[in-house]
Amino acid sequence: MAVKKFVTGNFYDEAVLFPAVKKVRREGYKIHEIFTPFPIHGLDKAMGLRDTSLHTAGFIYGITGTATAVGFITWALTVDWQLNFGGKPYFSLPAWIPIAFELTVLFASVGMVLTFCYLCQLAPFVKKDHFNLRSTDDTFVMALECTEKTNEAEALNFLKSLGAAEVQVQYKETSWWLGRYDKDTKIFERKSELVQS
Amino acid sequence: MALLRYESQVRPALVEGDKDYHQVTEDICRPVEAKPTRAWWIGFIVSVLVLCFGILSVTIEVIYGTGQWNLNKTVGWGWDITNFVWWIGIGHAGTLISAILLLFRQGWRTGVNRAAEAMTIFAVMCAGQFPIWHMGRVWNAFFVLPYPNTRGPLWVNFNSPLLWDVFAISTYFTVSLLFWYAGLLPDLATLRDRAKKKWRKLFYGVAAFGWTGSTKHWQRHEALSLVLAGLSTPLVLSVHTIVSFDFATSVVPGWHTTIFPPYFVAGAIFSGFAMVQTLLVVTRKVLGLQEYITIEHIEVMNKIIVLTGSIVGIAYLTELFISWYGVNEYENFAFMQNRLNLFSPYGWSYWIMMGCNVLSPQIFWFRKMRRNLVLTFFMSILINIGMWFERFVIIVTSVYRDYLPSAWSTYYRPTIWEVGFYMGTFGLFFTCYFLFSKFFPVIALAEIKHILKKNGENYKEKMDEIEHETTEEFGQKHGHDHGA
Repeated sequence: MAVKKFVTGNFYDEAVLFPAVKKVRREGYKIHEIFTPFPIHGLDKAMGLRDTSLHTAGFIYGITGTATAVGFITWALTVDWQLNFGGKPYFSLPAWIPIAFELTVLFASVGMVLTFCYLCQLAPFVKKDHFNLRSTDDTFVMALECTEKTNEAEALNFLKSLGAAEVQVQYKETSWWLGRYDKDTKIFERKSELVQS
Repeated sequence: MALLRYESQVRPALVEGDKDYHQVTEDICRPVEAKPTRAWWIGFIVSVLVLCFGILSVTIEVIYGTGQWNLNKTVGWGWDITNFVWWIGIGHAGTLISAILLLFRQGWRTGVNRAAEAMTIFAVMCAGQFPIWHMGRVWNAFFVLPYPNTRGPLWVNFNSPLLWDVFAISTYFTVSLLFWYAGLLPDLATLRDRAKKKWRKLFYGVAAFGWTGSTKHWQRHEALSLVLAGLSTPLVLSVHTIVSFDFATSVVPGWHTTIFPPYFVAGAIFSGFAMVQTLLVVTRKVLGLQEYITIEHIEVMNKIIVLTGSIVGIAYLTELFISWYGVNEYENFAFMQNRLNLFSPYGWSYWIMMGCNVLSPQIFWFRKMRRNLVLTFFMSILINIGMWFERFVIIVTSVYRDYLPSAWSTYYRPTIWEVGFYMGTFGLFFTCYFLFSKFFPVIALAEIKHILKKNGENYKEKMDEIEHETTEEFGQKHGHDHGA
């Protein structure tokens, strides 16, 4: 369990956050994450995140579904147990389109959701820290990871100058864990130093 | 900047009142966090009691067999399959709203999609009961699945529409559930972070799957939502198409019709929207969400109702025309005598269907009527009744007189256990809906926040300023201060 040190800035408006992201990157700070209560289009681009390839995964799952349906039905009705339905050919592909389509959708959806959960490390009972409880309500929290070279006071002031309404230094667990936020480790309730500047 | 893009001021605001992000959270979480009201308890208990009666009806049917129902030699599909198609149809509006309207970029869907999707899931759960219990020996229900068995293995008939149904409906249920829950994750995280009580922390902590709302999460979430919407759009059309194949691929006069797929899909959307109206007109009032599910939302849905109702009307008329124009005397008899003729044994049901589905929705051509809540509620009930009769007409009037006139004397009417089973699914549906409206946010929080600056009333008023301001100035001026 790696606890790292972060400088966080809490922004009250996404219109302030956007220019701040650009300036923070230009200054050379390492943005750990930005937590927002709703998706902000373009923020991933501004942060320099690469596009997700979840779509590609979905396509592959979908193709797998089609292949499974057509392959299995072909085997079952033409090889394993041939049945004559009204004198029609054993290989009656048009009649299999509905099931092939449904399995395509089913495989793609289930596969994508599972992949999504895996990539984001989402599962029941899993907990992850997101620095500020208000970031799921109405504020936008930018967390800068501190390295040996980082001057905290400078970083705090810098965030403040960019329009962050509250700035803090926080020590946080970066990976996920099981259990509760407020039990034992009290990770979620750990009081961080509020810097007055 | 994209998020402050100018949006037409002619379009009415989707979120009324002076709202900021925090106020949205407060408004939508309030009913979830408050103690259940007396009205909630009464509604919930009544639903559970009705559900219990349904369970009793099904138990009796399982013990004594489908003979407890009044199905007879020619009417093998009576109320149960009518109810099945009816519920499945209702289950189409949710996915239409959440998927098709997402692809069409209709902002108004955000106010109603969560409740509509929940309704979809519950309706599909209800629908699934009917074919399962109709099997009679329900302990053999797993025979519909293609699994290696000791009979050869003898596989299921992959060429049969009834088997397509098994795949279509189970896929539809699974995908709807995943889509709905994926959308719920961020909102459950909001509830988790607001939770004060221990059990709420635990419940929402588990349910939110550890959602943090980081940009990477949102990026993937958006991609997932978009692809699921893209998959659900043909899916929702395919499900009712396949249900219509149950009829259309047979050679029964009255069922053997090529227009069934589009006609069924239009009817499904029609009845689904009617059910959404029934629920939302009440929900918005009881939970005090009139500023989110506004009269505009109700009006837009009424427009869809008049459109799809008219499509259904055209389908009815096309059927009649073709039966007259065609040369098949059996089909002509099925339509002209068994349906259109008011004085035939089931003629009344055809005319109830025509009145409720085709004539009555025409009132929604008038703006004043579309915006009248009492009328909307009344009409939504009327349409649901009409759409139930549509399925009843299709099923019963096509088979109660077959090719042997000697079999015509039996008049199919349901027993108390058939009716009880149908009632029971209402119990199931409303039990689920009451639980949903108590424990989950009935409006998609994150999505409302996402459109707030474009479509919120207080932000729309400032649109003129935005035009002449840089985004940074706007942010400085209108950034919410929350007393800080």
